[in-house]
Amino acid sequence: MLRIENVSVSFGGKAALDRLALEIAAGEVVSVLGPSGSGKSTLLRVVAGLQPPDSGRVLLDGEDLVSVPAHRRGIGLVFQDHALFHHRDVWGNVGFGLRMRGDSRQEIERRARYCLDLVGLAGYERRSILTLSGGEQQRVALARALAPEPRVLLLDEPLGSLDRRLRDRLLEDLAKIFDELRVTALHVTHDRAEAFALGDRVAVMRAGRIVQVGTPDELWARPADEDTARFLGLNVRDGTAVRPEAITVRPVAPDQGGDGVVRRAVRQGPTVKLEIELNSGETLEAVVAALAHPAPGDRVQIEVDEHGVSELSVEGPKALHGFDR
Amino acid sequence: MSARTWRGLTYGVPLAFLALFFVYPLVSIMERGLSSGDDLAAAIDVLTEPLTREVVWFTVWQAVVSTALTILIAFPASYVLGRYTFRGRGVALAVVTVPFVLPTVVVAIAFLAVLPERLERGSAAILIAHVFLNVAVVVRVVGTFWAGLDPRVSEAAATLGAGPWRSFREVTLPLLAPALAAAASIVFLFSFTSFGVVLILGGPRYSTLETEIYNQAVRMFDLRAAAVLALVQLVCVALAVWAATRLEAGLAVGGWRGREQDVLRPLRTPRERTFAAISLGALALFLGVPLAVLVERSLAVGGGHGFEAYRALGKPTNALLATPWEAVVNSIVYAGGATAIALVCGGLAAFAVAGSRRGGTRLLDGSLMLPLGASAVMLGFGFVIAFDTEPIDFRSLPWIVPVVQALVAIPFVVRIVAPTLRAIDERQREAAAVLGASPGRVRREIDLPVAGRALGVAAGFAFAISLGEFGATVFLARPDSPTLPVAIFRFLGRPGELNVGQAYALAVILMVAVALSILVIERLRRDRVSWF
Repeated sequence: MLRIENVSVSFGGKAALDRLALEIAAGEVVSVLGPSGSGKSTLLRVVAGLQPPDSGRVLLDGEDLVSVPAHRRGIGLVFQDHALFHHRDVWGNVGFGLRMRGDSRQEIERRARYCLDLVGLAGYERRSILTLSGGEQQRVALARALAPEPRVLLLDEPLGSLDRRLRDRLLEDLAKIFDELRVTALHVTHDRAEAFALGDRVAVMRAGRIVQVGTPDELWARPADEDTARFLGLNVRDGTAVRPEAITVRPVAPDQGGDGVVRRAVRQGPTVKLEIELNSGETLEAVVAALAHPAPGDRVQIEVDEHGVSELSVEGPKALHGFDR
Repeated sequence: MSARTWRGLTYGVPLAFLALFFVYPLVSIMERGLSSGDDLAAAIDVLTEPLTREVVWFTVWQAVVSTALTILIAFPASYVLGRYTFRGRGVALAVVTVPFVLPTVVVAIAFLAVLPERLERGSAAILIAHVFLNVAVVVRVVGTFWAGLDPRVSEAAATLGAGPWRSFREVTLPLLAPALAAAASIVFLFSFTSFGVVLILGGPRYSTLETEIYNQAVRMFDLRAAAVLALVQLVCVALAVWAATRLEAGLAVGGWRGREQDVLRPLRTPRERTFAAISLGALALFLGVPLAVLVERSLAVGGGHGFEAYRALGKPTNALLATPWEAVVNSIVYAGGATAIALVCGGLAAFAVAGSRRGGTRLLDGSLMLPLGASAVMLGFGFVIAFDTEPIDFRSLPWIVPVVQALVAIPFVVRIVAPTLRAIDERQREAAAVLGASPGRVRREIDLPVAGRALGVAAGFAFAISLGEFGATVFLARPDSPTLPVAIFRFLGRPGELNVGQAYALAVILMVAVALSILVIERLRRDRVSWF
């Protein structure tokens, strides 16, 4: 179990992590979701031992890691933009950590081959890193991190630099690999879909703090505060969060009034996201099936399913500040 | 190895080396030149002598004229290589660079071979040889800078009504000024401290500060006069470096720097092609003919040709206390030792310089460049003064020659290796650490392999420089174990066709050896090496 206790880091007086606390159970994948600049990468660097915290502790299975140097922590890190060793081939990259821990040649061969297989790159052993596509490089980075059987795997925006289709495919593969190996992983991203797809639990991060942790369903159902609700893509109305798929939209005749007018309609695969300007001037987002949807300019009547509405707490995420000891 | 120990090593070894073998000899020169009492009066005597004034005047004059001529002659080729792309452009750039790495003794003797007797010794020969040696500096510095200038600026000038000449004078030339200034100051410094060329081609009449230091110390045994002249030289070089830095800072223009492939365009009109062919062809002739003639002269026997001079290299001669062939072996052994020392000291210093950007680092970086400014003659002379008693007596220590050669090579090693180390993405080191590599292991697995090729290039340079080193070695090499350049110089001082022939032959061998190490460098630069 990985336990991050009240960790603070500041750069030049500006706090990157502010008494941040988070727990990850053995075999669990936690996705930290936050906008850029919220301190996600710093969090991973602290856990990996690349950035000493100003205060706080990082415990792995009860052992305090803060004084352990990075190369003795046994924690794997998949870097943003890979950070592969360009002076070594695929094999040299994947086998690196195994050589560091002193494995025999046969053992390195066996394990590296297994990991390359796992990420779908069997037969790539002798390829130069420079000849690989972005997706292949990402897979090598993952294999390299997994090879020495890290106690915890950290992933820093692992799919950030890839195009959308490739991301979706890799996302599935990643989820499958995590399941198969039962890895304990901490994954940071700014992408909602990525966080919800990978994380058993998702931790929402803002300004160096975790503001809410929960399963994707829990977060979606009960966002902690207005900012979180907005960041997750929910409507915020009168102190409540309204899920866009809980809104039913019906077109009405132009002279019948209705509740508002459609301003934009954006197709998102099988669904369409409608931006509706209500008579009160507020904007509401609704997601509807794409079979027959109102067009921009249409007047519509709306109906909200109350199961899709949750109260937002006024004080915000007080309980999550840290571990009280 | 702990981080502390490693830091101590990377700073300590180069600094200790510099302190003992650079600072201490220099201080010894000052002591000898400026000690108190009537000695000071004697120093002033040296300074006010008409001969000194003449020497200083000629040193400055020939450096200024050499610089101007070099820029003039290199300019057309710089333009062609900086503006156009064509097949063979890379080869042309490489060929132009060759003379720059040739030992000065070889260049001097090549001009002895090619110039008519009337011009053989004198200021004209000196100037021509300096142009030959330094054309590469101007073509490379100005040409590559030109290749990064936005061509649209001249096009804009044209649309505003400026003709080609006007546009060149008012737009291109000011933009080129920083590169021209940089090239000019390098050429000036090289010409100012040039030794082998002036010593061989100047004859008895023409002397610069460098050769006069040598004359006073070695021929007249007047160590104080030599020391005073060395101090004058030091002040002049410091002034020149200071002025050059000011000039470059004043001329620096910011702005768009393009990539070569966006800027260079093919040769289109017949006029462009003719111009390119003539300017590059003329330069090729100027650079190629002296070397070709040198090879031809080394084979001349009486009226015909043969290997007489080469065959004689294995036999004892009255010009040396060793056979010429032994000089070849000495040179290679010394240069090997110098390369090893320069790689260790320069390599460690490169790690220190690349490791952080603190003030102390910049100081180390700067002080490592000092041997470049102080001339080779000054180093050799400083060694003679500083290390003439036990425990370090240069006469009884054969390793003193590699040490002084390494001193000349170290700045190049640092300049080649440090940027490569700096360019390594910090995350590569972090990735290795996360995968279990200790700091020492990270250096071995990441820094060393990445810097490996740079170290190879640096080794090639260090070897080539040490092979051709003349100014310092001539003071320190023992009569019974001369190096190649020293042996060539001794042969030239003896009359007789066979002696001159052997000088030519040794120069050809030296040229080939240097060319081989440069070839290795070029290979290392291009090949992709697998490290696993």
